[in-house]
Amino acid sequence: MKMTGAELIITLLERQGIEIITGMPGGANLPLYDALTRNPRIRHVLARHEQAAGFIAQGMARVTGRPQVCFATSGPGATNLLTAVADAKLDSIPLICITGQVPTALIGTDAFQEIDTYGLSIPITKHNYLVRDVRDLPRIIPEAFRIASSGRPGPVLIDVPKDVQLAPIEMAALPEPGRPEASTPPDPGQIEKAAEMIRASRRPILYIGGGITASGAAEDLLRLAEQASIPVAPTLMGLDALPTAHPLNLGMLGMHGAQFTNLALDACDLLIAVGVRFDDRATGKVDAFCPHARIIHIDIDPSEIEKIKPTAVGIAADARAALRQLLPLVGNGSRREWLEEIARLRSTFPLEFESENDPGTAYGLIRRTAACLPPETIITTDVGQHQMKAAQAYRFHFPRTWLTSGGLGTMGFGFPAAIGAALAAPERTVVCFSGDGSFLMNLQELATLAEENLEVKIVLLDNRSLGLVHQIQDLFYGGRFIGVNYPKPIDFAGIAECFGIPSTRLGTAGDPVQALEAALRSRGPHLIHAPVDVYDKVFPMVQPGASNAQMLTRS
Amino acid sequence: MNSTTSDSFSPNHNHANMNTVLQLTVSNHPGVMSHVMGLFARRAFNVDGILCLPLPDTSRSSIWLRVREDHRLEQVLRQIEKLADVHEVCRHPAERSVFRELEKFFGELTA
Repeated sequence: MKMTGAELIITLLERQGIEIITGMPGGANLPLYDALTRNPRIRHVLARHEQAAGFIAQGMARVTGRPQVCFATSGPGATNLLTAVADAKLDSIPLICITGQVPTALIGTDAFQEIDTYGLSIPITKHNYLVRDVRDLPRIIPEAFRIASSGRPGPVLIDVPKDVQLAPIEMAALPEPGRPEASTPPDPGQIEKAAEMIRASRRPILYIGGGITASGAAEDLLRLAEQASIPVAPTLMGLDALPTAHPLNLGMLGMHGAQFTNLALDACDLLIAVGVRFDDRATGKVDAFCPHARIIHIDIDPSEIEKIKPTAVGIAADARAALRQLLPLVGNGSRREWLEEIARLRSTFPLEFESENDPGTAYGLIRRTAACLPPETIITTDVGQHQMKAAQAYRFHFPRTWLTSGGLGTMGFGFPAAIGAALAAPERTVVCFSGDGSFLMNLQELATLAEENLEVKIVLLDNRSLGLVHQIQDLFYGGRFIGVNYPKPIDFAGIAECFGIPSTRLGTAGDPVQALEAALRSRGPHLIHAPVDVYDKVFPMVQPGASNAQMLTRS
Repeated sequence: MNSTTSDSFSPNHNHANMNTVLQLTVSNHPGVMSHVMGLFARRAFNVDGILCLPLPDTSRSSIWLRVREDHRLEQVLRQIEKLADVHEVCRHPAERSVFRELEKFFGELTA
């Protein structure tokens, strides 16, 4: 069979099960786009900015758990994409980015729209390629999918010069699609050692994160926690791994976690860390994190073990496999004393929201929104106060319903990620909590949303400020505000309507609760604009560099 | 005392500036060196000797690196082992390394 490099790429993507590709065309990837016109089974979703294309693909990947694909051209197309690639790297999201490159003969000549995409993407990808010969494509494309989805997932970038896209290739047979490799099974000796420590522990806590979701270990986690009566403290990335309302769920730990959660960690004698990487936002001052605890660390990435904290037992393995092997060995402890102590902490240092129902406040709006949405609703956020408040106040029920930029903290993530989530799960509602600062960073995607007419509701918390930076300047920089306020009001609801998206202004609604509920229940895309107070801070808060046990609170 | 000048490698040798030589077997294509060196550079980890030659009759190369032993080395090694283009990582005591031989040429150059 004879085809061009571009046609081969599209054919191999189809064989990988790719149904939607998002991206933007340009001079150097036109052969790829031309080949796409001849494929009836892959749909292209045109983004309005390559960064948004990257986040749309991420939204699809975070909901499905499978690698998704985005396209960008050379030069500015590739540089625009990089933020979304770095974001995927830090949150371990499988992503395949295919960029056009200037023809091989022009590489290194500062040709029009030439940039060293390979060099730029080295530190922010799991692996990357510059395809110098069309005959390498049958190996590279499946390999890219294998790498992106094996072990700890991550983004892979493939840079394809235009002449390689156009070059003819003749093949007897197509290569098999790339699939995730089986991971190394956990070491039975280490598992036994960990089980022994769990059996002997009087005050254990499970500290869990995105690795639980990535390995599909949520059910096993729940079983282990219930069977051995071990409370669970999720990270920002692990919030949807265990139902929020479960009695053993302590809620998010760390910088904006509840006081009782951090105090419970301070008191634990055994920390069972699974699918987590001891991020500084979770641990606070590392030396003071769980000072009385021995640590069991289970992570699929061996380089994470002992990276931050010395561990008593390190198990480099898939979380699900490790938890399954632990289950029969950990016993059935009731740990009544420990759970009672935690209950006391919970009632003495609770996470309280000043308003449960008033959509005029951020917490009230988030709680009210949560109350009228079905449990399978997918939530995305941007980055800032609204993100932390949603993390504190939203009630999750199932894994892969919480899409947030955890590691990189990228403003502009939430809205395109919501579009991607809705493309991957068209039968479900997707709600994007955003702030005015974040939303402005990928506002142009209103055009994409209007065109695709997806079930995306944007709940825009507008404090006319970069709220979290405002909070930090207020608390730690003597209230000297600079570069954080947007004094001129923006009519976001009007903007949405200009793009053809219906909107609701809660600020002027006669009955905001009713207006909110009607908007959330409407069909198709909708923007809900909610003014909030810039001085309504996120509490509790750990001062950067301080111990998690010392938290600032509202009072 | 710099360990490269000692006659034999001693496991009890506990010098803070002790050198180690890493031997990496990698895919032979442009860009691999950037991947490897980027991991050292990002951690401000000095590499004071580099040698790279293709392995005969293969599509692989051997990269020899002389680095200082310190507490960060373990983490850098674990990161290097994750690179898709790195197939094998071996640690050698500095004394048994190719760098001993190479130093003679450098001596001639500066003489």
